[in-house]
Amino acid sequence: MQSTFYKYTGIEDMLKFRKMYRDKYGGVCELSQIYDVIIIGAGVVGSAIAREFSRYKLKIGVLEKELDVCCGTSGRNSGVLHAGFTYKTGSLRAQCAVEGNTEFEKVAEELDVPFKRTGKLVIGFTDEDMQSLLKYKALGEVNGVKGLEIIDKERLCELDSSAGGEFAMYSPATGILNPFAYTVALAENAKQNGVDFYFNNEVLEVKRENDIYNLLTGKDKYQARWVVNSSGLNSAVISTMLGIDGYTIGGFKGEYFILDKKVGKHMNMPVYPAPDSKGGFGIHATPTVDGNILIGPSSELTKDFEDYGVTSEVLDNLIDKGMKMFKPFKKEDFIRSFSGIRPKRIVKGTRQTLDFVVETREEVPNVINLVGIESPGLTGALPLARRAIALFAEKEKLISNEKFDPIRKGIVCFSDQSNEVKKELISKDPNYGEIICRCEGITKAEILEAVHNCLGVDSMTGIKNRTRATMGRCQGGYCQTRIAEIIMEENNKTREDLVYSRVGSYMFKGKVRE
Amino acid sequence: MTVIKKDVVIIGGGPAGLAAALQLRNRGITDIIIIEREKQLGGILRQCIHDGFGLTRFKETLSGPEYSQKFIDQVEELGIECITGTTVIDITSKRKITAVSRKGLLEYEARAVVLTMGCRERTRGAISIPGTRPSGVYNAGVAQAYINLHNTMVGKEVIILGSGDIGMIMARRMTLEGANVKAVFEMQSYPSGLPRNIQQCLNDYDIPLYLSHTITNIKGQSRLEGITVSKVDEKFKPIPGTQKDYTCDTLILSVGLIPENELSLAAGVNLDNRTKGAIVDENYQTSIEGIFACGNVLQVHDLVDFVSLEAESLANSMADYISDGKLPECKINITTDANISHTIPQKVSGKKDFKLSMRVRKPLKDCEIDVIQNKVVIKTVKLKKAIPAEMIQIKIDKTKIRSLGEIEVVVVVR
Repeated sequence: MQSTFYKYTGIEDMLKFRKMYRDKYGGVCELSQIYDVIIIGAGVVGSAIAREFSRYKLKIGVLEKELDVCCGTSGRNSGVLHAGFTYKTGSLRAQCAVEGNTEFEKVAEELDVPFKRTGKLVIGFTDEDMQSLLKYKALGEVNGVKGLEIIDKERLCELDSSAGGEFAMYSPATGILNPFAYTVALAENAKQNGVDFYFNNEVLEVKRENDIYNLLTGKDKYQARWVVNSSGLNSAVISTMLGIDGYTIGGFKGEYFILDKKVGKHMNMPVYPAPDSKGGFGIHATPTVDGNILIGPSSELTKDFEDYGVTSEVLDNLIDKGMKMFKPFKKEDFIRSFSGIRPKRIVKGTRQTLDFVVETREEVPNVINLVGIESPGLTGALPLARRAIALFAEKEKLISNEKFDPIRKGIVCFSDQSNEVKKELISKDPNYGEIICRCEGITKAEILEAVHNCLGVDSMTGIKNRTRATMGRCQGGYCQTRIAEIIMEENNKTREDLVYSRVGSYMFKGKVRE
Repeated sequence: MTVIKKDVVIIGGGPAGLAAALQLRNRGITDIIIIEREKQLGGILRQCIHDGFGLTRFKETLSGPEYSQKFIDQVEELGIECITGTTVIDITSKRKITAVSRKGLLEYEARAVVLTMGCRERTRGAISIPGTRPSGVYNAGVAQAYINLHNTMVGKEVIILGSGDIGMIMARRMTLEGANVKAVFEMQSYPSGLPRNIQQCLNDYDIPLYLSHTITNIKGQSRLEGITVSKVDEKFKPIPGTQKDYTCDTLILSVGLIPENELSLAAGVNLDNRTKGAIVDENYQTSIEGIFACGNVLQVHDLVDFVSLEAESLANSMADYISDGKLPECKINITTDANISHTIPQKVSGKKDFKLSMRVRKPLKDCEIDVIQNKVVIKTVKLKKAIPAEMIQIKIDKTKIRSLGEIEVVVVVR
């Protein structure tokens, strides 16, 4: 992999840079390598960019401040593959949604991620709602969204009997996906194709000297010829750090409820309320690919971009609104609540939202800057990645990496298999016969595969997001102790080493007794 | 795949499953298998190393493992078939059972099935406690498993939400292991656990119990850093201005138990919305013929001794079912007034003596429980005190049942 680096930066440059660095920092950089591209942020967009860059002969690194991919906005949303009927025609949001939506069967197959093209209902009750639906139908059609139709109550009930509403707009192109599974798959595929991922590396300072960017993180120093900013909520901060000023990110926080799988079967597709006059979609109900139902999100402006707490006021409001979308909504079916923050690019001091930015600037060479990537960033991640790479290609020739393999295999989900396959799996590997998570039916074989994931993530939530273990109705009551034990045993960790999710989120205070 | 035929398949080798197996065997049923997902028998008692078990049944106080060992020893002595490390993943209404173990996929066909899967804990998500999601928030049973089975200390500065028995037992356990248990908060205006645990686990260790309080915020981005508690009004709404902050690294939740009936639902068993367990008749038979349920999968019990008794009662009926092929129809429904949360059974035949198990919804003093059929009181039990933490059991003689009219259980407060 070193060879690709020499090819692109030249040994002279590198030696010069190293000498400079040695003089300045006393030789700490001796063994570090210079990347062609460093991507800041391992959300769905950063992971998609990494994966798309790995199609070419380039040495790519990804710096992520958390301990896993998909810890911010990417993993904290409704998990909907949007069709693209709400965005201004010609906007990047519209283009990326339509493009990303259309190609997703192929993407899901290549990356082996669960995905269902369920369709979606945008329901209405009043004349005003009908006007709104007609407006969005027309907008969607101009944007290139296929199959939009206004349907009456009878058809609405046929499509989804759990949905409220007197009439609806039906969007057959909309789908649902698991954002964790998708981001992990993109990142793992990138990793298989040679990309390096560095977790717990928050970028604190960026300097460019001798055409090389030096990125100082909380943990280490990295060098690269190009830098991509795909840092989501922090995109304005990183943008400024890179030398592009003037962006404002507004954090729009949304809280959700997750409902038990046992009610999931009542719902066929996402049900949204007709947008209000401001174009806001409001609280909706969405089935997940795994069979749960999400109710949410609220939308509150927040200044604290790490404030993922939930509040009783907002949750109470969700209950009222949620019942309009999903009629069989009952409090006893709650299994969890969560929140996410959408990084909207806004006009400073207002709530006016602006389009995605994917740019390069002459005055700031070799920086690809993505700012304000909120919804439909999950749907549009790969289209955004291709646009980022096109900007790179304007400056440098891309050489195909013949070894690039777009195929990535996920963890086989035992509980989804037929009895015949289950039998075969156990006979090949007895660990499939040991159920660790009873609610989701996750076996020891799946947990082991997750613990040994190629990105090297071994937090509790890392294993959870890769397998669904602890995501069921008992929330780890049965399996958490077992998973903790497997991680410690497999990765030779002590009780003190084991973390729940982030740095510092230790699980235990050592042994009870020596 | 070869389907193994059995007279009785028992799902779960905890106290209920073990007692049912032994009593079935005593009644001459030998073609039995217990399927247990853990590597050992004993169920949740394995982690209950405190004492207080067996006072009713054995007239001595035992630890959980000691109590279950008495049953396990007999099961082994009698050679009752048990497979451990085997998880049942499906039951059909035709009593076909699919299980997985490291040895492979197993299929059974049973003449009768005993559901004894126990219960699970209610979680933070189910009651939507606001706040962030740091590490250090544990359900009491999970903390108990870490400490007692895995030699792992979950934290040092501890707050407990809920005055359920496991929560109080963990308050004592963690104090004994050097943790600082700061307080127990209970949303209700009365404790939800047993009086003896309040005395032995809280009072004896000077751990304060605050009633009518709940947690209104959880703080910390990585590890738990603290919580906010508020007093609540009669509708359990936090009262503004009563917030108080506590620093802690661990929050233990003991906020209720829910019968674990996912397999029952797969078999088509009708559940009671109040107990979250199956609707059963006097024989503990569910709405699906040949499928029976007892123990905490049926109703959450206060004491394991009563679980064993219930299982034995089930086994007696099941033995009749196996030998006769059917049981008398149970057409008499049992209803309750608002003071009683539920009864087990919910249906009886009137042709057999039966025992009604119930709990009151709130603490009552000097009350009587009347069992009424066709406006005639057929049984009265006078109680000086009744609390939700304790199960009440009332024996009803079959001679008192004169018709197929509904039976009503009501509370009269004097």
